[in-house]
Amino acid sequence: MIAELGHFALILALVLSLVQGLVPMIGANRNRIALMAVGRPAAQGQLVFLVISFACLTYAFITSDFSVRLAAANSHSQTPLIYKITGVWGNHEGSLLLWALSLSLWTVAVTVFSRDLPEAFMARVLGVLGWISAGFISFTLFTSNPFERLLPAVAEGRDLNPLLQDPGMIIHPPLLYMGYVGFSVAFAFAIAALLTGRLDAAWARWSRPWTTVAWVFLTAGIAVGSGWAYYELGWGGWWFWDPVENASFMPWLLGTALMHSLAVTEKRGAFRSWTILLAIGAFSLSLLGTFLVRSGVITSVHAFAVDPARGLYILALLVLVIGISLVLFAWRAPKLAGGGSFDLVSRDSSLLANNVLLAVVTGAVLLGTLYPLFLDALNLGKISVGPPYFEATFVPLMVPVVLLMVVAPFMRWKKDDLPKTLRKLGPAFGASIIVGFLVAFVIDHVTWRTVLGLFLAAWVLIGSAQLLWSRLAERPGAAASNRLRGIPSAWWGMWLAHVGVGIFVIGVTMIGSLESHTDVRMRDGQTATIGKYTFVFQGVREVQASNYIAAQAKLQVFKGDRLLTTMTPEKRNYVASAMPMTQVSLHIGPLRDLYVSLGDQLDSETWLVNLHIKPFISWIWAGCILMALGGIFAASDKRYRRLAERSAPAAAARQAS
Amino acid sequence: MKAKFLVPLAIFLALAGFLGYGLTLNPSVVPSPLVGKPAPAFQLAKLDAPQETFGVDDMRGQVWLLNVWASWCVSCRQEHPYLVEMAGTGGIPVIGLNYKDERQAAIGWLRAQGDPYLATVTDEDGRVGIEYGVYGTPETFLIDKDGVIRYKHIGPINRDTVQKVLMPMIAELSRAG
Repeated sequence: MIAELGHFALILALVLSLVQGLVPMIGANRNRIALMAVGRPAAQGQLVFLVISFACLTYAFITSDFSVRLAAANSHSQTPLIYKITGVWGNHEGSLLLWALSLSLWTVAVTVFSRDLPEAFMARVLGVLGWISAGFISFTLFTSNPFERLLPAVAEGRDLNPLLQDPGMIIHPPLLYMGYVGFSVAFAFAIAALLTGRLDAAWARWSRPWTTVAWVFLTAGIAVGSGWAYYELGWGGWWFWDPVENASFMPWLLGTALMHSLAVTEKRGAFRSWTILLAIGAFSLSLLGTFLVRSGVITSVHAFAVDPARGLYILALLVLVIGISLVLFAWRAPKLAGGGSFDLVSRDSSLLANNVLLAVVTGAVLLGTLYPLFLDALNLGKISVGPPYFEATFVPLMVPVVLLMVVAPFMRWKKDDLPKTLRKLGPAFGASIIVGFLVAFVIDHVTWRTVLGLFLAAWVLIGSAQLLWSRLAERPGAAASNRLRGIPSAWWGMWLAHVGVGIFVIGVTMIGSLESHTDVRMRDGQTATIGKYTFVFQGVREVQASNYIAAQAKLQVFKGDRLLTTMTPEKRNYVASAMPMTQVSLHIGPLRDLYVSLGDQLDSETWLVNLHIKPFISWIWAGCILMALGGIFAASDKRYRRLAERSAPAAAARQAS
Repeated sequence: MKAKFLVPLAIFLALAGFLGYGLTLNPSVVPSPLVGKPAPAFQLAKLDAPQETFGVDDMRGQVWLLNVWASWCVSCRQEHPYLVEMAGTGGIPVIGLNYKDERQAAIGWLRAQGDPYLATVTDEDGRVGIEYGVYGTPETFLIDKDGVIRYKHIGPINRDTVQKVLMPMIAELSRAG
């Protein structure tokens, strides 16, 4: 009964999404306020029904209703409650429902927070979002119905994949989806701008906070996913260039370009058609990611169900959404040209250069991800593209991005003086090179990769410090606290995110240079030493949880003579799926993680143990957190609200005339 | 309508064409000229005991699987539980061909993931891989009692592959002769 209720609510949501897609659009074209006004209630009603639908599915999982096929395949009566709940989206059908729910949340957020948009513009934005929503809800209903019954019901479910029974998986998919789907708002704004031909500073100002918030979610989602891979897959890597990771990384790269391009469009009115193209591109890549994950055209660790009908449906959706928007772009964008001119040496041009570089990086990642498919389709054989390709293309392209990232904030809009800029930044540049070499010597690892990484990190951090200093020096008379307070939060956002990149680069460089690990056979009382740490094996005991039995080893860790911690890696056997899982034990520190996983049992008392030291890996996550925090600061800048209020009457007046 | 504004559309349509065509392809089915031919001979060092070697001839008279894998291969991790399961239920010996890998990394990987292999040999420079026409890892060959390749699977195997493809063929080949 509950499942049917959920199914019915989903059908009603589809109907409302069609209303939302159609009626306000017609209203905007005929200039009928009453029709335009339908958008908001339709969007809000849709959210209500999607929440009901999602709640019904969750209920089936929590109560272990195994007459629902999805629950039977992805849950188990003995699974802990939290993983019963996350099991709802740990599968194809449920994750699509989550996709639709996130889209609906974003849409309602637009109706609430962008109340001051001109009515006709809002109607078009909601219309575009309505069509996307209709596409996804119908995809869910027609090819991937999560409420399908399994009659007669089975006595016990097959349980959620043990890899997904992990705290990281609780928040990774929702964060990632909020990010993916969030770009739909920027996309809808872009389409509405193309439809109306209205693309000015006010438009950019409306789009910016939405884009930034979506980017924050995506940043956090990717970071959590990477952290999950690090400790759950049990081999200590944190990024694999797997097609599905790339699928989330490409919108992030293009989204980063979009944020910066929007800044130029707002301040200078330039890059208009480029900004629109990036907005379309970022969302298109989100859709492409969904296609890659859901259709099985590319083999990947993440690929769940493979069903040609589903692949075809998403492809059709992809072609419709992206195709129509690009046709619209080709038709309308030529009229959008304009904006101030700028010199080769200016903040405008350095942002443009970074934009282009980020787009090229995105293209390179896309090429690497789809290359096996291209060759296969052209009958040139089957290959797989691995990390070597990505590292060889990604690093050289990102180096100038990081270099320019520090330069741009020092430059003036429109025109700046090259010798002056060089004089300003020369000392920081020299210092960074020295720091790069010095630190590489100190850690005794002088390779070009290490030196380059450390130099870039130093460049970002020293450059950022100098930027803050010169910003504070702008008002020499005021007290330091007042000067700090005088800086708008958008500026802090930029500064924090850039510092985050520096911290991130340190983490990546150090882990690549100094990582060490060893595999040892250990039995009771035996010790093993790696670096400054001594591990004492204290035997293995059996541990029982509700849905798995584990062999849990106990290792005392000494640094010198001092007992540092006790670590307990496990080898779990999940009852329902009979899948063995390694659960690593981590000791997280600011300068290094200790990472221990338990291997096979060799005889009654001897076990294989893998010991790793992961230097500075926390800095990778810290960098991501800073970037996300920067995004939050940037999006919360007061002037978005203030200017929205101020521009609304003016915009309304323009519309009326 | 200026031509340059059509470029994104053109790129996207080409891409969509490939994606559409990709849907009709199955990344794990590749016609192999090797099916029906004798498995190329090799004598390679064992992973756990480099001084000993192991070759195709050692498996003569048995139906067996040759699984090409590497510790750097993400999809290998995905198929591994099924190999462990097949090895555990007896039935069929699986030989591992550790492809373009480092010995220590490979040993560590097997310790962490479980070792389903009767024996693992190392193909560090990938030369044997070339003779077997290996495109990428993982790949799995089914070889009969006379040393003839009967089936080749590209990409990770899963429960369906095991139950619907491999097991019936293995049963049939074991009965024959």
